[in-house]
Amino acid sequence: MTKTTDTDPREEMAHLIGRIGSDGDMEAFEQVFRAFGPRVRAYMMRLVRDPQAAEELMQETMMTVWRKAAQFDAEKGNAATWIFTIARNLRIDSYRRSRRPDFDPNDPAFVPDADPTADQTMEARDDERRLHAALEELPPEQRRLLDLAFFDEASHSEIARRLDLPLGTVKSRIRLAFNRLRATLGDRS
Amino acid sequence: MSIQHHISEELLLDYATGQLSEGWRIAVATHLALCPSCRRRLAVMEMTGGALIAEPVDEEATQEAASDESASWESLRKRLAADRAQTPDAERPVKAKASSQAGQTVLPEPLRSYVGGDVDTVKWRPLGRGAYHLPIETDDGTARVRLLRIPAGKPVPEHGHRGRELTLVLSGSFHDGDDLFARGDFEEADETLQHQPIATDGEDCICLAVTDAPLKFRSWLVRAVQPIIGI
Ligand SMILES: [Zn+2]
Ligand SMILES: [Zn+2]
Repeated sequence: MTKTTDTDPREEMAHLIGRIGSDGDMEAFEQVFRAFGPRVRAYMMRLVRDPQAAEELMQETMMTVWRKAAQFDAEKGNAATWIFTIARNLRIDSYRRSRRPDFDPNDPAFVPDADPTADQTMEARDDERRLHAALEELPPEQRRLLDLAFFDEASHSEIARRLDLPLGTVKSRIRLAFNRLRATLGDRS
Repeated sequence: MSIQHHISEELLLDYATGQLSEGWRIAVATHLALCPSCRRRLAVMEMTGGALIAEPVDEEATQEAASDESASWESLRKRLAADRAQTPDAERPVKAKASSQAGQTVLPEPLRSYVGGDVDTVKWRPLGRGAYHLPIETDDGTARVRLLRIPAGKPVPEHGHRGRELTLVLSGSFHDGDDLFARGDFEEADETLQHQPIATDGEDCICLAVTDAPLKFRSWLVRAVQPIIGI
């Protein structure tokens, strides 16, 4: 197994966000912005199809990154995942005016994970690296479906219509893709 | 006993990608509060979203959007300066009270806040044949959300669905064919499924049910005949 080093760009991003959180480090923030701004803008663009609205949603996402950086766990957090969830939630809020119900880990009725494993830090790092590798190796037709689901917010039936595939095929390919991704992380499916 | 019936891949992906509207989200999020294994599946999906968003952007989209990264950064910096002058503390949502004894809370968040308290505060409305319900208000025009209380040993009333139906058991249990659904178990049904859930003997079954909202028609005439023709 390869060891992650400090030059790992993914780890680097996590450390930069850590510096924003602890010191309000503007330089670190600019680096995160340069790395993720265009990607987040492209993500927003695929949905809103309006450059100005996409720019606005990207800026809102980066503002949230700044404001919440202290809540990000730089040791075991996955920067890309964290930024994705922020962008996704803003995207939901921007076009649904309703509430966005979510579970609350501090709720007394919340059922916590059974056994938080000893070395979560290494595990989280490993997960991130393995998942990237597994995504690279995914058959193109499975990869394409994930792209449509995440970026175009296409439903399964919408994807089926666009790609002219039976709905059952779309569903089973997506299931196959996640089975594969979970398997690389050692999860049972 | 641990949860046996989980969220389907399709529904969970809709949640992870942000496609589920409010009513359906309540059921999925409430199951997630009770189910570490579905939360792990969600985490993998979100990690996938993160990995996809970290890929280099495609040229086309970049050109259409702001071509000048520096101008974008400058405007963000200005907003940030203005933001820091204000108090950054975002308002926290008000959480509905849990039961007095910890560990006894039946309704997890986010459901409890929608109900306005735990099950002991619910003002049940009779449905007939000993069953009760509590309609839950949302802004989601596509979904009808409610709590159901089915008397022990009795079938779920006024059944038969024309669209999607999500059911999450919160207390007690029910049988559906050979399957037993207890606290945390999640059932997805659609028009292709014929079923007759029956509450287990000995205890009332309380569950959350989300179904397609009945079609809304503009014309009062169509609305008037809607119950008769059954659409
Ligand atoms: Zn589950
Ligand atoms: Zn049903």
